Amino acid sequence: MSTPLIQISQLEKFFSTNESWLSQWRIDSGKLKRKKDSVHALNGINLTINKGETLCVVGETGCGKSTLARVIMGLTPATSGEVHYQDQRIDHLNDRQRMLFRRRMQMIFQNPYASLNPRMTVYQTLYEPISFHNPQLSTAQVDEQIQTLLESVGISASSIDDYPHEFSGGQRQRISIARALSVEPDFIIADEPLSALDVSVQAQVLNLMMDKQEERNLTYLFITHDLAVVEHFATRVAVMYLGRICELASTRVLFSAPKHPYTKALLSAIPRLDNNTTQPIRLIGEVPTQMDNPIGCVFQARCPYANQRCYTESPNMIRQTDNSSVACHAVDEGRL
Amino acid sequence: MNLLSVNNLHVNFHIKGQDLAALIDVSFTLNRGERIAIVGESGAGKSILGFSIVNLIDKPGYIKSGSIKLQNKEITTMTPRLLQEVRGKRIAMIFQDPMMTLNPVLTIGAQLVEAIRSHTRISFKDARNIAIEKLHSVQIASPEKRFNQYPHELSGGMRQRVIIAIVLLLNPDIIIADEPTTALDVTIQAEIIQLLLDICRDNSMALLLISHDLGVVSRVAERTIVMYAGRVVEEGPTLEVINDPQHPYTQGLLNALPQMALPGQRLNQIQGNMPSLNERPTGCAFHSRCPYATDKCRQQQPDFIQSGVSSVACFMVENMITEFEQNTDEESL
Repeated sequence: MSTPLIQISQLEKFFSTNESWLSQWRIDSGKLKRKKDSVHALNGINLTINKGETLCVVGETGCGKSTLARVIMGLTPATSGEVHYQDQRIDHLNDRQRMLFRRRMQMIFQNPYASLNPRMTVYQTLYEPISFHNPQLSTAQVDEQIQTLLESVGISASSIDDYPHEFSGGQRQRISIARALSVEPDFIIADEPLSALDVSVQAQVLNLMMDKQEERNLTYLFITHDLAVVEHFATRVAVMYLGRICELASTRVLFSAPKHPYTKALLSAIPRLDNNTTQPIRLIGEVPTQMDNPIGCVFQARCPYANQRCYTESPNMIRQTDNSSVACHAVDEGRL
Repeated sequence: MNLLSVNNLHVNFHIKGQDLAALIDVSFTLNRGERIAIVGESGAGKSILGFSIVNLIDKPGYIKSGSIKLQNKEITTMTPRLLQEVRGKRIAMIFQDPMMTLNPVLTIGAQLVEAIRSHTRISFKDARNIAIEKLHSVQIASPEKRFNQYPHELSGGMRQRVIIAIVLLLNPDIIIADEPTTALDVTIQAEIIQLLLDICRDNSMALLLISHDLGVVSRVAERTIVMYAGRVVEEGPTLEVINDPQHPYTQGLLNALPQMALPGQRLNQIQGNMPSLNERPTGCAFHSRCPYATDKCRQQQPDFIQSGVSSVACFMVENMITEFEQNTDEESL
């Protein structure tokens, strides 16, 4: 039986687009009205991440994947909703209280060229988190830890005093992984860690992440838009669209029997080596912005199966027979 | 007849007193209406090749030797004036990041009209009509409205469509697309790739696609050129290269794809990294990462040999072919 590590309930995050008081005033049919505009980045997310699993979050640019990661980490405060780590609520903590959880949750960012401090050597980059979270350790002990850590991610000890610009992209991403692992976390959020890397280097980094998971029983929340990686790496997959989760299923189920029309289109769009005959399902229309949050299903504008109900009523996540959950009226009504 | 032929092209970079070779002995031909893909890791010289075809190599880089011929006209020695005629009108380029290519302070319309009017004498009104028609042909909804918008008001896929519209304005013979979909989502990527394919087929334009995504390549290209450390290592029909890769590097590249390993198992990575420009080894540049490397590979550079319908530069393949021929000879005796 899998035990939940992170539980997220009804998480919402709005970003205000007209922060200053003056810009909130509009003239509407001759009257002066005050209106706050906001972007609905997360729109009621419910999600449970189990211990030891790899949960992949996929979706297009702007669907709120990265915001979800940042809200869970506490880098951005949530507008409403709760995040629980095991049985403690962590979304409303102040910085000092959160420090305890920073040890257990770490993050790997997309661009290793930007996430490492260019003016710190590898040694300094790793020394800081270890000594900060373990003040009882002597310098020699910390040094020893850094050595073993670097070895375990395949960076030679001779380059310990080198600066980030002296490493290649893959090596830099391995240093970021070493930094995340340095405080011995249980849970790692990786926000598109592979998208800045080449195919062969992607394989190196992915292998390293899988090895570490096996060694330390890590839990990953893996954010990506590369579905080939997801198919290989994930235990479960959550598909996001415009701030909502539209399908949540185990990897095998999702890839063999996608249910939501968006998931179907997404999967058909993966360029594969073997099937050059199948045409991708074309989604007509552009992605709506999160400013004009539509009534009803968020996918209505691009969905080929949308009917009257989809324009008026927002679908809820409904559990299917094969243990996946889908938020779609068409699936619910058996039209699909 | 060949539309474009590149012969023994060498491009060097003069950095800190060193003369570093970025492209070594690259040769290939592109026929009218043909679609070729160039694949390889970053740093293999794919983009440099694309840039040198339109003679856009900036200092400290320079074309050391070799020729690039566009229907018997030599591009490497062209005057800037003549080059201006070639660029855009004969050979057009699409870059990776559409936000970097479009001018952020000009409207879409202004940029389209500028492109038309700099090559043909035509009134603004006529140019506008052509521009709107082209925007329509790349499936941009309500082109009249988009005409007056700025690049930041469009999504990434939309911007790339605008770039394609600009490319189409002058009806070039060759489109060079340098990682056109890398910055886009899968669903948008599928649409842009389909659009590029349709355009090339309808107008019989030749396409040179530079990409590291082998999935995209297999959808688009008829022939594939694999590059490693500034050299071409394998060339052949795309299906042949992908289904039966000859060079150990091509094999490694394909094996590294996540779909090639069992789910949850380790991926087959290629050991090591590509050597940087100033530490290219002697012999075959791939020998340090190659599982089949011999002493010969460390000392000599292999020549191209024909293997089936592909041509490969690898001693291992060469040995296998000679052995095979010997065996068949013996049998026939």
